[in-house]
Amino acid sequence: MSAAAVEALALRKEYGPRVAVDDVDLTVHRGDVYGYLGPNGAGKTTSLRMMLGLIHPTAGIVRLFGNDPVDDPIVALRGVAGFVEDPTFYPYLSGRTNLELLSGLDGGVDRARIDEVLDIVELAPRAGDRVRGYSHGMRQRLGIAAALVRRPQLLLLDEPTTGLDPGGMRDMRELVRALAGEGITVLLSSHLMVEVEALCNRLAVIQRGQIRFEGGLEELLGRSDGQYRLDTTDQGRALELCRAAAGLRDVSQENGDIRFAAERSAAAALTVDLGRAGVGIHALVPEGATLEELFFELTEEAAE
Amino acid sequence: MTLRAYRWELRKLLSQKRTFLGLGAVVVIPLIFVTALVLSPPEGERSQFFFRYVTETGWAVPLILLVFSSIWFFPLVTALVAGDIVAAEDQNRTLKTILTRSTTRTSVFAAKVLAAFTYALVALLLFGLTSTVAGGLASGFDELPTFTTVISPGRAAVLVAASFAVYAMPVLGIAAIGVLLSTISKNSAGAVVGTLMVSLTMQLTRIIPGLDGDGVQRLMLTRQLNAWQSLFRDPIDWSPIVHGAWVSVVYAAVALVIAWLHFVRRDVVA
Repeated sequence: MSAAAVEALALRKEYGPRVAVDDVDLTVHRGDVYGYLGPNGAGKTTSLRMMLGLIHPTAGIVRLFGNDPVDDPIVALRGVAGFVEDPTFYPYLSGRTNLELLSGLDGGVDRARIDEVLDIVELAPRAGDRVRGYSHGMRQRLGIAAALVRRPQLLLLDEPTTGLDPGGMRDMRELVRALAGEGITVLLSSHLMVEVEALCNRLAVIQRGQIRFEGGLEELLGRSDGQYRLDTTDQGRALELCRAAAGLRDVSQENGDIRFAAERSAAAALTVDLGRAGVGIHALVPEGATLEELFFELTEEAAE
Repeated sequence: MTLRAYRWELRKLLSQKRTFLGLGAVVVIPLIFVTALVLSPPEGERSQFFFRYVTETGWAVPLILLVFSSIWFFPLVTALVAGDIVAAEDQNRTLKTILTRSTTRTSVFAAKVLAAFTYALVALLLFGLTSTVAGGLASGFDELPTFTTVISPGRAAVLVAASFAVYAMPVLGIAAIGVLLSTISKNSAGAVVGTLMVSLTMQLTRIIPGLDGDGVQRLMLTRQLNAWQSLFRDPIDWSPIVHGAWVSVVYAAVALVIAWLHFVRRDVVA
């Protein structure tokens, strides 16, 4: 069994008395699009810095494909690329020259590859301009290009859509999705729940340096009872069935619609009961328990 | 790996204004000096070493400029790049960008030291060439008289070149101090000024009682900027030059080891 793309075990970083990352355990499997979700200041960037070997953990270990990025950055970061906070470049050099410099440090300037990645991030027309004059969105895209030049198997992206306008966010997400589709493992930190929900298959939720949840997106969504709205051909009979059904709670009726809380399996069983009773279903819509609600639940619970 | 990083450090230097500010200064200063010399030649006895000869032979021009530039000009030119070379990465926040590529911190650091040294040596070479050519054009490449003897033009050329080589040793020591301050302060302007202050302070110890003794003064890095003058003794006195070499090496080694340890251990958080 080959090593996981990223593995952190009891990873810890203290800055004086402040604990920025508090015994974080997480595992990113190959092929994952992994969301690292938390509010600003939760410890996401500090974790990523340790993964990239930029800062030394106070305790614990981090491994990229089984290798330690602090002890041996060259081996550990082989096939790994990304950025923390925001991608930075030499302002007095052009976008293209910056990429040449970075791929030169990687072992050799591959001009064809540079052209290719500039096309992928749609920066080719401005590649000759100095980075000094780039907008925030262009720098973010140049950051992705700088990572792709290495032909990575693992991308570590720290809030790649932060500060982008809605169009830029959409483009960035499409880009991440396309890269993941090519088989690149992605670890993406974000404070935006919708982003993680839209892109990721697995995630960790971090708050105040501590992991509140780690696992699959489905698992998290299924963890909490969902809220459902039910509309049928016979609401009176349906209400009786709901009250009698196992696994349904908080059954109520407002404005004609029946509302209840249940796990997915219980909601599915209800549809069978309704069918047997000859009640037609107009709509059975899961309403609550968006990742956003779960996120607040997880992070606010911790804040107490 | 270091070589690749070194090549890129040089390319970065060539894209920055400050590089040409320093290199421009080492060309312009000799030209101003020689122009002034031609427009109003010095008259009468001047006490300064070689000064009375600058109108007699161009060979004296690079030598007198070496004397003048030791106080602050060449330390400043050196510090301009050496003090910036690591701190600039902090100010552009680009350390994280380069340290996440296939290179080690040691390679990046070594490349920066080599680039700062290269710049200092190129500046010194340009300074020497410009002052020699300008001096020669103004006063001719004639024999160079010293206190005790007269040096033929051919030998003068060799001695002038050797003087710049000897002068380069403490200059590299100053560059190493610049790299140290640049690494630790993470502030380019602070490191440039700091390097200059260190250099001036070492020279000022000459007038401080307790530090003005020859035993202490011989250990000052800036004192070694005068070591080349013993090339013009007859016969050549090599001991100040050998002494200057090891003092320069010790200063450079101590500064670079401290800077390197700091650089490889630090957290890159910017």
